[in-house]
Amino acid sequence: MTLVAIAPGGPTLDVRGLTVTLDNGAPIVSDIDLPIAHGRIVGLVGESGSGKSTIANALSGHARRGTAITGGHVLIDGIDMTALDAQGLRNARGRIVANVAQDPATALNPMMRIGDHLDEVLVLHHADLRAQERRARIEEVAQAVGLPTSHEFLRRFPHQLSGGQQQRVLLALAFVLRPKLIVLDEPTTALDVTTQAQVLTVIRQLCRERGIAALYVSHDLAVVRNLVDDIVVLYSGRIVERGARDPFFEAPAHPYARGLLAAIPDVSERVVLHAIPGQAPTPSDRPAGCVFAPRCSSQTERCIAERPTLERLTSDRWVACHHPSGSRFEVGTNAGLIDDQSSEALPVLTAGNINLYYDERQILFDVGFDLPRAGCTALVGESGSGKTTLARALVGLGEAVSGTVVFDGEPFAVASAIRPKEIRRRIQYVFQNPYRALNPRQTVGDILKAAIRHFFPVDPVEASARAAAALERVALPHAILARRPHDLSGGERQRVAIARALVCEPDLLICDEITSALDVSVQAAILALIATLQADGLTVLFVTHDLAVVRAIADKVIVLRGGRIVEQGPADMVLDRPTHGYTAKLMADSPRLHGDVASVPPLAFA
Amino acid sequence: MSSRDPFVRKPFWRRGPLRDRQLRIGFVFLLAVLIFALAGPSLAPHPYDALVGPPYGAPEGAAWLGYDYLGRDVWSRLLTGGRSILWMSIAASLIALAFGTLIGLFAGFAKGRVDQTVVWGTDVILAFPDLILVLLVVSMLGREPWLIVITVAIAFVPGVIRLARSVTLGIAGQEFVDAARMMGYSRRHILLVEIMPNVLTPLLVHLGVMLTWAIAMLSGLSFLGYGVAPPAADWGLMINENRAGLMIQPWTVLAPVALIAIFALGTNLVAEGAGRYNARIEER
Repeated sequence: MTLVAIAPGGPTLDVRGLTVTLDNGAPIVSDIDLPIAHGRIVGLVGESGSGKSTIANALSGHARRGTAITGGHVLIDGIDMTALDAQGLRNARGRIVANVAQDPATALNPMMRIGDHLDEVLVLHHADLRAQERRARIEEVAQAVGLPTSHEFLRRFPHQLSGGQQQRVLLALAFVLRPKLIVLDEPTTALDVTTQAQVLTVIRQLCRERGIAALYVSHDLAVVRNLVDDIVVLYSGRIVERGARDPFFEAPAHPYARGLLAAIPDVSERVVLHAIPGQAPTPSDRPAGCVFAPRCSSQTERCIAERPTLERLTSDRWVACHHPSGSRFEVGTNAGLIDDQSSEALPVLTAGNINLYYDERQILFDVGFDLPRAGCTALVGESGSGKTTLARALVGLGEAVSGTVVFDGEPFAVASAIRPKEIRRRIQYVFQNPYRALNPRQTVGDILKAAIRHFFPVDPVEASARAAAALERVALPHAILARRPHDLSGGERQRVAIARALVCEPDLLICDEITSALDVSVQAAILALIATLQADGLTVLFVTHDLAVVRAIADKVIVLRGGRIVEQGPADMVLDRPTHGYTAKLMADSPRLHGDVASVPPLAFA
Repeated sequence: MSSRDPFVRKPFWRRGPLRDRQLRIGFVFLLAVLIFALAGPSLAPHPYDALVGPPYGAPEGAAWLGYDYLGRDVWSRLLTGGRSILWMSIAASLIALAFGTLIGLFAGFAKGRVDQTVVWGTDVILAFPDLILVLLVVSMLGREPWLIVITVAIAFVPGVIRLARSVTLGIAGQEFVDAARMMGYSRRHILLVEIMPNVLTPLLVHLGVMLTWAIAMLSGLSFLGYGVAPPAADWGLMINENRAGLMIQPWTVLAPVALIAIFALGTNLVAEGAGRYNARIEER
């Protein structure tokens, strides 16, 4: 870890007692104290609803509609952002504090050339610069973020750039005014691991070289671990732990931080995942005592009665807990649990020579594989690899498909949209986004009963009983039957979607990135559920881009790239000793949660 | 949210769609105009076609809104003249909504050639200005009220089809529709149970707009002599036949204008409130 001297004038960013409330008075974040020293990168970690984006916005003196900064100060280089008027904020934004948004595709104006984006910022903030000087600044910053500096490139429009290049443009926009502080709100979530690794390298180098303080907001602890100097853990609007990176990952002190670490799969080893029970409270019904107490395994009466304040634990660690842990964090591994030789039996499904076209373009090329009975096979690839297309083709949602699929010894045509009802029942599919996979107009009961009565000749009473039983299998209360999807959390919705598949009594369950829209603690619970179902004899095909998830649950891996299978085999073998360069690169670029922090790869100039 | 007590049932105006204040106001407006139009004929002090005062006579005593261009009582004509225009505009809008929604849903779901044909068909109808289209049909086939209603509905159908189709295209691409397709649910089930309820929100808002258009178009038709025949009382007709006296006896024009405006405002508030309520169900 590099040590950076603290500037004599105090930290670059000093947030003191920041509170942001909803218009009804409920606090979204409370009493946030957050100093960032000159040139240091701090990771702000929390699950959805914890208030991380609220804090990120407040650093630019901004509060979303319906919310307001109601207390505390945000001092950046001595300037109080909360005290500035509209004109003062306009001057400060970009020049003192710059933001990098999550989704580069929507953050750039599609009608504006890349060079003009950068030029606009300079014209607005440095009216005195002449065109030639601005041009020099633009070329300098473009080079620094690893973008081509040619005239031809700067005249391109955003849609002519790759996602990684777009994100670099956003970085250039943030760095071009040489701000004191840069706020990055999940800037790599939309990117593939390889591009992500490159963008993170750029961020790290620029902040180091230019002495810019950075706040990196993320839900991904593995990414944060590979980037930051210090870490801040947010839960339900409060900082629960804050400290230097390495001691934190060795021995997190707050029970929530430990729970979070235990819930996250790691790419380097097969760890036992533990979900955190319960759900984070909404801003209006947070408990009076410790906000984490209702979900905490070591809660006492004091935790319920008295809210712990953020206290200094060691020289570089602050914790808000009455019973902070002092022990090292150990992950349980279960390398022995999954038997790589279990695929002796007849595979449930064998696919061969699958070719698929979308309009004139070929998406899948001679794809062939088999799925071992009661096993979990992971289908891995980056966006655009064709993994989802392949999975959809297996359930009859493909466009122009050819090839052979043998299911339980019986061949059937993939291409046909009119496949036997029995096949439809026995192969079930769970979609990526639980927010779109359930009809918002129907109750959970309607959704489940429609599926049951479609496949089985049962009366309404029996259908209700089966629906309730399915909810039980996915660990949801019966009361949910009468609810509509918008009353449910993302994790609950995904469980309902799984229940819809289960009521059909399938033999094969295809899961398409079913945890990518969920928080890590929820992901752990869903993955555990999938493992239980698998233990009951269900065969699972798990589509994902996340190799850490693959490591946690799969016993076989199929790696797809550009519509072709580049490698397949037992999970641990493929991940530990990849034979294809592409798999090896994916492994190398995946951020690691445990073990050594990956060395900084040299800056790649595109 | 936190103060919600599940054991106390809230009064009906605090539950469901009526929780929306704008919708409640719109509902009151709408109800007031409807009651006025329905109960009006039996409350009119004079027959609507009786000449009881001087042309453009100023308000006096019983005739508190004055007299129209022929010397008929404006208040009596106002009370009598709502029925025809209201039922015709409501009927035309509802017919357009029903057929347009079904055709639009089907086109958006079927895609391909069916969709293309429907879009071309709507383009052809849209190429004619609404009023010209209606005039053409009415002048050829006669000025029966039901015929006017149907032609106005035909003029409105393409707009509904367009809207229903584009919303359906968006909804049909959602994963819950894929899920239904994958399960092998029938097309009818997918169309009517999965998709249609999700398409209704913008259509309800559109219904409000259509009602306003229908009133404008029916008034226009009356003015041109193709709508309700002149001796009859009709708000649209009243506006147009008394235009000339606007400066001498403004009430004879302003009173029906005010009622139409209140009705239009009411329908829009209700339609948008209903849209908001539906959108809340679809939220996230």
